[in-house]
Amino acid sequence: MGSQQSPVVGSSLVKRFGDFTAVDGIDIEVAPGEAFGFLGPNGAGKTSTMRMIGCVSPPTAGTLRIFGLDPVADGRKIRARMGVVPQLDQLDNDLTVLENLMIYGRYFDLSRKAAAARANELLEFVQLTEKADSKVDPLSGGQKRRVSIARSLINEPDLLLLDEPTTGLDPQARHVLWDRLYQLKERGATQVITTHFMDEAEQLCDRLVVMDAGKIVAEGSPQGLISKHVRREVLEVRFGYGLNESMVPKVDGVGDRIEILPDRLLLYSDDGDAALSELHRREIIPESALVRRSSLEDVFLKLTGRTLVE
Amino acid sequence: MGAVMRSGMQRRLTSWAPVRVYLRDWTFFRRMWWSVMLGSIIQPLLFLLGVGLGIGELVDNGPAAANVLGDTSYFAFYATALFATSAMFVLSQEAMWGTLDGFQWSSAHVAMISTPLTPTDVAIGKALHYAMRALFTGVGVALVLALFDDTRRVGLLLAPFGSVLTGLAFGLPIAAWTGSRTTDASFPAILRFGVIPMFLFGGAFYPITQLPGWLQPVAWITPLWHGVELCRAMVLGGTSPAQMAMHLGVLLAFCSLGLFAMTKTFAARLRA
Repeated sequence: MGSQQSPVVGSSLVKRFGDFTAVDGIDIEVAPGEAFGFLGPNGAGKTSTMRMIGCVSPPTAGTLRIFGLDPVADGRKIRARMGVVPQLDQLDNDLTVLENLMIYGRYFDLSRKAAAARANELLEFVQLTEKADSKVDPLSGGQKRRVSIARSLINEPDLLLLDEPTTGLDPQARHVLWDRLYQLKERGATQVITTHFMDEAEQLCDRLVVMDAGKIVAEGSPQGLISKHVRREVLEVRFGYGLNESMVPKVDGVGDRIEILPDRLLLYSDDGDAALSELHRREIIPESALVRRSSLEDVFLKLTGRTLVE
Repeated sequence: MGAVMRSGMQRRLTSWAPVRVYLRDWTFFRRMWWSVMLGSIIQPLLFLLGVGLGIGELVDNGPAAANVLGDTSYFAFYATALFATSAMFVLSQEAMWGTLDGFQWSSAHVAMISTPLTPTDVAIGKALHYAMRALFTGVGVALVLALFDDTRRVGLLLAPFGSVLTGLAFGLPIAAWTGSRTTDASFPAILRFGVIPMFLFGGAFYPITQLPGWLQPVAWITPLWHGVELCRAMVLGGTSPAQMAMHLGVLLAFCSLGLFAMTKTFAARLRA
């Protein structure tokens, strides 16, 4: 008990919809102040897990405690301390931006005055003060997302749930959002984030689990997962569509491990440049070659045999 | 206790939750309340001028009028039914498109349940909104009826509450249905085969004793007939307390069953 209690603890969590098992027995624990990520492709069970944590969807089996409370019995109390940014913006199209925030604040039983003060403060935080009286519809995708984030903060949540916060946004809008989320983390709010972008997970998460088909297949810090599961660097070579697989015997031994994708080969090693030199020594000339640092994408590929974004 | 309260902001948990839901609808509605009020006056006025006066002229001079309507003019007979029929039309639409909006288009209901609000709060909050809409409608009818000698009675002050009850007897069950829908495909059929027939057979245009005997029981189980009779009696009198209690009872039964069903379909929809 007390402020060091883990905000989210789940064990053997299962969510079924009829015959379909969306979440298949996962164990999670999120530490206070931590930014915790669920990384996985579409359909991995991330959103179903988030909805269970958000106390809007009861688990089919297993136990879940949020702030030490039972989401089914104490959903109201738990949600009072939580902020939710859903995958698709659920902004109220009938209302203005400011009304969206104020009405939402009233749902948390803030007084009119407190809701108004907080709404204005938050619009400033997400740099949308000049849009306060605009309807929601004319806003850009990035602006709507920022309104969603501002709205989720109206009750000063202890726990913030962000479901794919930057999906569909252009790179610039993503960076603005990341910056805001980073500031929130600095202030001590616990964040639970789902994403299918490896760079987002690396940017935002202290710790994450990799999900595939309803199960957790790996867990750790972004850097920890990379160093545990893959080599430091990757040499990506392309020999032309359909020819990559036939080149595998010739490049054998160049890296420590080879992944074959339809459009390219990935050769993992601790020194990508050395691997490239080895290719040249063998007089193998690919159409293109690229050395890069390994990422969570590579971890995912190794663990599941599939790419994250298809 | 285990709950960690951050300083600076108090989080009270009160039973005012449904009112919060209602206030969301009010925030949207108050921008257009005057145009809605204007509509609530013009619509019954048109019905009255078109049907009440025109047919009234025929009926009141007809040979059977005295037997059927007693000493009530056809104008007063039809006009008082408008409290019930107008509320039925307004709330049916509000319970269909106006409610699907919160699930599908504005996402208002979906967003609400990520806050301390529950699906039951949403259902009760919507019921409050419907009641307010029906009251607007009833007040509009009362204002119109106050213009005419035949219907200028003190009961006009009471009849808008008859509108609320009749409107809810339609709005709440229909909203329960809406809660289970993802599109509005079924709504026109509800209007065409549910609401309009009741309008025709529910005792608004003539006493149901004029219907063939086998059709009269159908009127008894429709909420509209009870609403029409209740509102008419509130203005014109002439109904026994026992009959009034019966009409009230039936309408309240439709309301409570409707609200109960709403809490079920809303929860199933929002808590999957």
